[in-house]
Amino acid sequence: MAERHVVRLTVNGESVERLVEPRKTLADFLRQDVELTGTHLGCEHGVCGACTVLLDGEPVRSCLLFAVQADGARVGTVEGLAHDGLHPIQEAFHDHFALQCGYCTPGMLMTVHDLLQRSPSPTREEIRKALAGNICRCTGYHAIVDAVEAAAARLRAAPPRAAAR
Amino acid sequence: MATSGTRPRAVGRPVKRVEDGRLLAGQGRFVDDLHLPRMVHAAFVRSPHAHARVRHVSVSRALALPGVVAVLTADEAARLCHPWRGILTDYVGMKTALQYPLALDKVRYVGEPVVAVAAADRYVAEDACDLVEVEYETLPAVVDPEAAMRPGTPLIHEELGDNVIYRGGFDKGEVDQAFARAHRVYRDRFVVGRQTCVALEPRSLVAAYEPREGSLSVWISSQVPHMMQAIFARILGLPEQKIRVVAPDVGGSFGLKIHCYSDDVAACLLAMRLGRPVKWIADRLESFATDIHCREHLVDVEAAVSADGTVLGLRSRAITGVGPWSCYPRSSVVEGNQVIRLLTGPYRIRNYKAELNVVAQNKALMSQYRAVGHPIASMVMESMLDRAARDLQLDPVEIRRRNLVRRDELPYTTAFGYVFESGSYLESLELALDKGGYARWREEQARGRREGRHLGIGLSCFIELTAPGSFYGSGGAPISAQDSATVRVEPGGTITALIGVTNQGQGAHTAFAQIIADQLGVSVEDVNVMSGDTALVPYGGGTSGSRGAVLGAGASILACRAVAEKVRRIAGHLLEAAPDDVELRDGKVSVRGAPDRSLTLADIGFRVYYQSDKLPRDLEPSLEATAHYTPARPITWANGVHMVVVEVDVETGLVKILRYVTVEDCGPMINPALVAEQVRGAVVQGIGSTLYEHVVYDAEGQLLTRTLMDYLVPGAAEMPDIEVHHLETPSPFTLGGFKGIAEAGTAGAPGAILNAVNDALAPFGVRLTRQPITPDLIRSALRQAHALNRDGRR
Repeated sequence: MAERHVVRLTVNGESVERLVEPRKTLADFLRQDVELTGTHLGCEHGVCGACTVLLDGEPVRSCLLFAVQADGARVGTVEGLAHDGLHPIQEAFHDHFALQCGYCTPGMLMTVHDLLQRSPSPTREEIRKALAGNICRCTGYHAIVDAVEAAAARLRAAPPRAAAR
Repeated sequence: MATSGTRPRAVGRPVKRVEDGRLLAGQGRFVDDLHLPRMVHAAFVRSPHAHARVRHVSVSRALALPGVVAVLTADEAARLCHPWRGILTDYVGMKTALQYPLALDKVRYVGEPVVAVAAADRYVAEDACDLVEVEYETLPAVVDPEAAMRPGTPLIHEELGDNVIYRGGFDKGEVDQAFARAHRVYRDRFVVGRQTCVALEPRSLVAAYEPREGSLSVWISSQVPHMMQAIFARILGLPEQKIRVVAPDVGGSFGLKIHCYSDDVAACLLAMRLGRPVKWIADRLESFATDIHCREHLVDVEAAVSADGTVLGLRSRAITGVGPWSCYPRSSVVEGNQVIRLLTGPYRIRNYKAELNVVAQNKALMSQYRAVGHPIASMVMESMLDRAARDLQLDPVEIRRRNLVRRDELPYTTAFGYVFESGSYLESLELALDKGGYARWREEQARGRREGRHLGIGLSCFIELTAPGSFYGSGGAPISAQDSATVRVEPGGTITALIGVTNQGQGAHTAFAQIIADQLGVSVEDVNVMSGDTALVPYGGGTSGSRGAVLGAGASILACRAVAEKVRRIAGHLLEAAPDDVELRDGKVSVRGAPDRSLTLADIGFRVYYQSDKLPRDLEPSLEATAHYTPARPITWANGVHMVVVEVDVETGLVKILRYVTVEDCGPMINPALVAEQVRGAVVQGIGSTLYEHVVYDAEGQLLTRTLMDYLVPGAAEMPDIEVHHLETPSPFTLGGFKGIAEAGTAGAPGAILNAVNDALAPFGVRLTRQPITPDLIRSALRQAHALNRDGRR
């Protein structure tokens, strides 16, 4: 077995320190070592977007990064979107039937979170472009676009105090 | 009867999903989220060849790797289980070979599992797979379905004598006479490529065996826990009562997760041999190579049409290549049969002759994916109608109006013998034209053509076979035709429901909670629905064939009626009233006409559970009932219409969808929002089928589409908004009048899109009969047409 390395990072604001093999992906690290299983794996080659997390505030594919590459970074996952209850984006997904099986949803939520930070009033076309890297096989996307429009309006009206870090 | 009260009925309203909270918070419980003590992880050595003899396997280096706990070879796996054979006996004459967990003497498709490894983690298990040495002697691969049938073609299973799995067909009405009196006969060949389901959560399994009890627990991403219990019992030689199958949250399925996969069996064998839990999660490459595929079809069709556009008769000849084995237990002959049987669609075509050949080839197994056969049948029929309309100078709408079955013709028996008991074929068309703005788009199209824009309008009128009752059981497969529900009033007066139907994202728990709430006069929040665990729920067939809503609703209604009857008898005793005078509404149980004489369900729960000794001996102290339901007819028919407008860029060959309108008639809607989302999701899968998705093998049977960069599924950026309109024609034969909905969108989309693209390309003299309709296909057709026109002018 390969030599292990110490990885220190913050996940959703909490300090985490683990000993990992250099080949372990950030996604597997989050799911297995930190036991945050909300980050899902759909393709493990960077296309489907289900494993999207925020790395120092930027959306990344956690299946395409090794945990050791995230050493010292701030990681935000779906579990950190809201401390209790639901974040306005999550509420909008619920209100608009924007999820079915829920497998793509965590990655979708992280992408939308990033979009609405950068662009508070996106058009439907801009939303669709921003979601181009997140595959949903259940909904057909229409309801997700509806939800993102609604979430944007809600966030413009009342930005939440606690956001994903 | 349960009565409705002042509380608005839950059924018919867009009640928000009860499933969402956990899933949104990242607290889903998918199989890969499960971790058990001492659990190890499986990986597979898989065939790199489409067809080869396995000469020698050496596993010693793999076994020596630290962290490896077991290596399972094909010989050992075969000794540990009973092989299986994917035959449905009602398809007379079909044949297929026995299937084993791991390839014994030959490999027959790329990705076929050869050796299984269990190790401390998946990384080590895959390292060990790299250390297994397999010596192959390659054989010529059989790839093309037509070639597979020719004499002299290499045999995939020598003992079967040829590569034909099934030959079937029928000849109904006076087909030759219809063709003799036709004004025109149109002939075409349609070619439909291979596809696969691409559920975002891959196939996933955790198996745990307790050798002292002889009991096996399997957590599996599945639509059909009871079916899996039955087939694990047969294959692994364990009695059913010792097998528990749990389908927790399932990340999409669409027909993918209703089959017996050899690697699943091998993982269970590893767990049984080790006495330790084994986790096996497919990666995406394994998914592309070994998940069931679907669709690959050639359909030769001839249509006999009169001068007024009436379709007098049809002939069809379909060939489908389904991989080396017929899939167990649903077989691989159903899609082909549905293609020929459904081809006449909602149209009045009395004379029809069809032939089907299902052949083996060296590709992955094919079986049932969402809308099984419908998309192909519908696309062929809709395209032939448009061809006839163009030739006869009829509007595509008009030719449909002339051929659609009218409401006054119901019940209508199709040429094959299906009976449409209720439907809204013409009404759906008219509504779609109105909502879609058909006439306005025709004007827009004419204006576009003058400006060099190439718009096309496509229609498809389709039927959807839903809620099949006895479909597989009649062919001998261990798949429940009935479904079931247990409904229990808890001591505190709230409701627990255990449902045999499963949930892969459809919102089934929400829908059944709505039904149960209305039946028992409580609120949706007071009902908790659970499913997916054979140790918990009564026997059921899970989901498939758009059966969940119809069978689950029927069983729930019956169980609620039985519970309500118990409540009324006990309340009648407590309130000194006749049970028939007791009604359940707004969470209260009261005497009709005397609202002050009432109890809560909690009052009754307390008396029944904690003070049953005080009840008369002839009153059963029970507030629980289990009911089982099979619809009165073997099939419940839904229907609908799609209208789509596309713009084709004739330089790049790209197709852009400008407008997508659907009308769906699935009978009374339990929850219109859930119906709309089923339609939208299914439409997008249909769009994917038609424009993007294609499993490609090369001439040697090598799989070329191995990632989501090669196999394109629809993304948000290229998908349109999808407008969904409803008609509600109840079925006279199901409880509540409900019909299924899950597959309609996938069924209707390919025909509508193909017609729209062909409508756009018509001025160039181009008509496509192939899918997926890739930019390459469009550009090469335009080049050919251009060359023809140029040569013609010379």
